[in-house]
Amino acid sequence: MANGPQHNSLISAYFIHHARVLLGSLGHLTRHPLSTSMTMAVIAIALTLPTGLYLALNNISGLSAGWDSSTRISLFLHANVNEEKAQTLVKRLRLHNEIDHISMISKEQGLEQFKQLSGFGNALQFLEGNPLPIVLVVQPIINTDHPNQIKQLLKELESNKLVDIAQLDMQWVKRLYALLEIAHRVIWAIGSLLGLAVLLIVGNTIRLDIQNRRSEIEVSKLIGASNAFIRRPFLYTGFWYGFSGGILAWLLTSLSLFMLAEPVENLALLYHSDFQLSGLSFGDASSLILISCSLGLLGSWLAVGRHLDEIEPS
Amino acid sequence: MIHFDNVSKQYPGGYEALRQISFRLPKGKMGYLTGHSGAGKSTLLKLIALIERPSRGQIILDGVNLSHISNRQVPYVRRNIGIIFQNHHLLYDRPVFDNVAMPLVIQGYRHKEIQSRVQAALDQVGLLKKERSDPITLSGGEQQRVGIARAIVHKPSLLLADEPTGNLDPELSLEIMQLFARFNQVGTSVLIASHDLDLIQQVGAKALSLKDGKVLHDEITPADTIVGAA
Repeated sequence: MANGPQHNSLISAYFIHHARVLLGSLGHLTRHPLSTSMTMAVIAIALTLPTGLYLALNNISGLSAGWDSSTRISLFLHANVNEEKAQTLVKRLRLHNEIDHISMISKEQGLEQFKQLSGFGNALQFLEGNPLPIVLVVQPIINTDHPNQIKQLLKELESNKLVDIAQLDMQWVKRLYALLEIAHRVIWAIGSLLGLAVLLIVGNTIRLDIQNRRSEIEVSKLIGASNAFIRRPFLYTGFWYGFSGGILAWLLTSLSLFMLAEPVENLALLYHSDFQLSGLSFGDASSLILISCSLGLLGSWLAVGRHLDEIEPS
Repeated sequence: MIHFDNVSKQYPGGYEALRQISFRLPKGKMGYLTGHSGAGKSTLLKLIALIERPSRGQIILDGVNLSHISNRQVPYVRRNIGIIFQNHHLLYDRPVFDNVAMPLVIQGYRHKEIQSRVQAALDQVGLLKKERSDPITLSGGEQQRVGIARAIVHKPSLLLADEPTGNLDPELSLEIMQLFARFNQVGTSVLIASHDLDLIQQVGAKALSLKDGKVLHDEITPADTIVGAA
């Protein structure tokens, strides 16, 4: 177009225009503080719920990590294995990267414990020798993401020729992981549903916005505005909804956490635990806001795609 | 500038708004489109502005066959046209200046240039002092002139006006028509739809008359004016 703007200034004009629209849509939102803050609050509440559940799960996982130390594998060595061989095995197993800690119960210690705990102390005096084997107590490193690792370790230890029986009480570990897995999925389901809700909220708000600005859109189309030009302010509006909703959700989560911290600490003290609530990490908070912004953008994009084409000048 | 070749427009439902219209408006000329309401004047203008598409026939605008223009390209064709509506189509949520600036903002002009061009356009329609006013506070004639300023601010090569004097008293109407004549003198092609025959005779321009979607008669035949051929 002969009378269009200079070509070399077009690119910078493009960015200036984007910045202008970004701020313009923010200005548009601040001119309607009541409806804007209500939309913001709905988005924030919808996001706070799954975020809170996620934090709760995180904390429970952290708490159960403390219980992992009670998961032990007992290795009953063959009766003919002497202490020297057992010590060598202990040294070797200490280097294993899936084993956190290992200790040895000698035949004598075992007998002593058995005497004290079993109540058969006197009967044992009639035995000629010590029938008990050497026992190695292995404390594995628990990787919550791979519960099968313990099983593999167990097999590996069992296959050692010095080992007679390797025993692990997997039952409660399995139950815990199963529970955590269910909780994980529940949070995913709730999170997805509420994310969808955010999408619909933003979409509907943008749809109303488009209807309210119908004449502006018509006139813009008549004087040669491209669809991208008309779409832009609505997309940025959706972005702002998502961004502000995300920030507010983060604040709400932090506030709830702050209010819970003291009673939780008191409870932990009653259990002689130094457990403390962990909050949203920087990474978590950034993901929350990033997800929120994306939902806002996507919601407005869907609304704009559906409703902008319906408005044509006539 | 505009070349209609056997153009017909049938609306869904069978109503035929235009029947085999052929005419030519040479570049830099000014023409009128007359006829009673319902004669097809508005439809004809809508076809040029690509608000509607013809059912049959071809329209060539400034050397471009409009049937080859995709929906995506429509905005860029419209940027070369200034359109003036009977009901102004102003936006009442922003001052006069912002209304007039819209075509420039859309085309990505820089702030400084927008400033000077908008002021020049408002000066041409005699409303420079009103740039900060809200359109709602202006009279009908003033609002129409804001609409004209918006249509010419980006210096389009063609001006289309649909009943631009529809709501105005004769004196104001004449003023507006003279304004169009001034734009035409600096090289802009102008096509105005109006039912006001008295006014057209007063300004003494060439006209194409429509009746029931057909060219009724054209008072002009020379090659440098509107030429109708039914």
